[in-house]
Amino acid sequence: MTSADTTAEPATGAKAARRGSAQQKLLAFASLIALVIVFSIASPNFFQVSNIMAILQAASVNGVLAIAVTLIIITGGIDLSIGTLMTFCAVMTGVVLTWLGAPLILGVVTAIATGMLSGLASGTFVAKMKIPPFIATLGMMLILKGLSLIVTGTRPIYFNDTPGFDLISRGSLIGAVIPGFPVPNGVLILFIVAGVVAWILSRTVLGRYTFALGSNEEAVRLSGVNADAWKMAIYAVSGAIVGIAGLLIASRLNSAQPALGLGYELEAIAAVVIGGTSLSGGRGTILGTLIGALIMAVLTNGLRVLSVAPEWQTVVTGAIIIVAVYADQLRRRDPS
Amino acid sequence: MFTRRHFTTAATALALTLGATAAKAQDGELYIPLISKGFQHQFWQAVNQGAEQAAEELGVRVTFEGPDNESQVDKQMDMLAAALANNPAAIGFAALDSQAAIPLLRQAQDAGVAVIAFDSGVDSDIPVATAATDNVAAAALAADKMAELIGGSGQVAVVAHDQTSRTGVDRRDGFVDQIEEAYPDIEIVAIEYGGGDQLESTEITRALLAAHPDLAGIFGTNEGSAIGVVNGVRESGAEDIVIVGYDSGQAQIDAIRDGVMAGAITQNPVGIGYETVKAAVAAARGEEVPADIDTGFYWYDQTNIDDPEIAAVLYQ
Repeated sequence: MTSADTTAEPATGAKAARRGSAQQKLLAFASLIALVIVFSIASPNFFQVSNIMAILQAASVNGVLAIAVTLIIITGGIDLSIGTLMTFCAVMTGVVLTWLGAPLILGVVTAIATGMLSGLASGTFVAKMKIPPFIATLGMMLILKGLSLIVTGTRPIYFNDTPGFDLISRGSLIGAVIPGFPVPNGVLILFIVAGVVAWILSRTVLGRYTFALGSNEEAVRLSGVNADAWKMAIYAVSGAIVGIAGLLIASRLNSAQPALGLGYELEAIAAVVIGGTSLSGGRGTILGTLIGALIMAVLTNGLRVLSVAPEWQTVVTGAIIIVAVYADQLRRRDPS
Repeated sequence: MFTRRHFTTAATALALTLGATAAKAQDGELYIPLISKGFQHQFWQAVNQGAEQAAEELGVRVTFEGPDNESQVDKQMDMLAAALANNPAAIGFAALDSQAAIPLLRQAQDAGVAVIAFDSGVDSDIPVATAATDNVAAAALAADKMAELIGGSGQVAVVAHDQTSRTGVDRRDGFVDQIEEAYPDIEIVAIEYGGGDQLESTEITRALLAAHPDLAGIFGTNEGSAIGVVNGVRESGAEDIVIVGYDSGQAQIDAIRDGVMAGAITQNPVGIGYETVKAAVAAARGEEVPADIDTGFYWYDQTNIDDPEIAAVLYQ
């Protein structure tokens, strides 16, 4: 997956950065494999096709959210609104499909457009109004949470009248082509999103500016580039990806649950940092984030399959996040 | 023709009427705030509906609010404090943490405001009455039904909504204790907590199915948990898993009609709201109120889901 091989700073120390980023991914990937091996040895029920599919599917919503917030984090920002925005996108899809009876494709467009508009709003607050991303998206998080409840009247919207809606996440196109390999569509969508965003980051102007804004925003401004516009564009793209996560969760639950969403942003951010993206901006990869989301899913599932006490599951997950980021710090301190 | 003067006159009349109504509300009506554990879930909406029904019949004014989720004990305290500041006639209170609420409840008692506990009890003698489901007995009934459905032996698991709240603990223990006491051939292989979050409970169920290939049944302890279990079983394609749920909601009702879920326990949320307000009004007027108001529970499945008695307590 070389297209995901996005380097940190295009201008300075590109070679070292590329080596560092490769090492980081190797480390994250090695941790993922190690976890899988440990769990497989510990329980014969872990490494089974159905359980692997369960893990992949568990990674799909969080993975797509994590990819969306990776873009923002690379610019040196943060987005706390992704969890409740995901829900709001699901709700708007429900409004269009169930209440208005529109065809499925319009629901898909609505989710993505809602995400994009909300991202554009966040981007405007951050870039034009100079509100720190943490505050701007904290505000958006609450606004969107409230809007979801208001629009739905606090009742879930079901998709029973839209045949095929649940197949967005649950069906298996791959399974239809290759029998016996029933990868759910939600997982396929995760990998497609990852591939496309990795391509955007490594091969397009938007990607270049994403990194440039994160490593030295002032330099971008001084070089005559409309930094604000690019930043807004990045937030809009990120929002659109959150819209896809909204579709995935709505499809999986066959409903838009207006009370859901709070807390999902932190899990996504955890996946991003486990994947080696720096919260100070300018550095990060989609492949890393993907691995981070898989590590989270493997860990949660594995501890449950091993019947570890639920209280300890959360302690272990927290500890792993700290260890992962510390390992990353150690590697970067190493001058070689 | 509708002239401007007509419009002004009509508007003035309307304003006067509204003003009069508002003034009357302030003077005569009893004000009874209900502080619940939440308001976003359908269960709480149904409680609210019952409360409003009683308010209308008895001619009192009721407000209904609760925190976003069932861990926000502090937010609930703020709501309770604000409600007390509004000089209520009585207060309905569903404690997230009954110990944490005692100082405020004592303040209510000192001010002569009657407190009616609803949904779950408060460990104190301050509330004059408690309107709640006997969750332990209800979960024991779920255990009996589960045992019957899986044929008296096999492995079962519990997907609970949390490990600290009264309802979470009572339903888990009610189920587990009944199985352990009455059904020695049934083994409880796992108890997991999904916070009532549907997606989380779905992932838990898939992990449970992977970890325990011989699992015969799963009990979901509230609406979100039960729907998560249904989702997880559907996604994994597992067959012959007996699912027993709790509460209702459209998705759970559908799952029972489809036969994916064997059946569920329903409380009487409308009744909880109704009885709470009724008891609050009685207490505020100085009338005698029974200390324990059992609002009841029912088992429902494909066979009785359309019975009027059941349909009346289910919420969509």
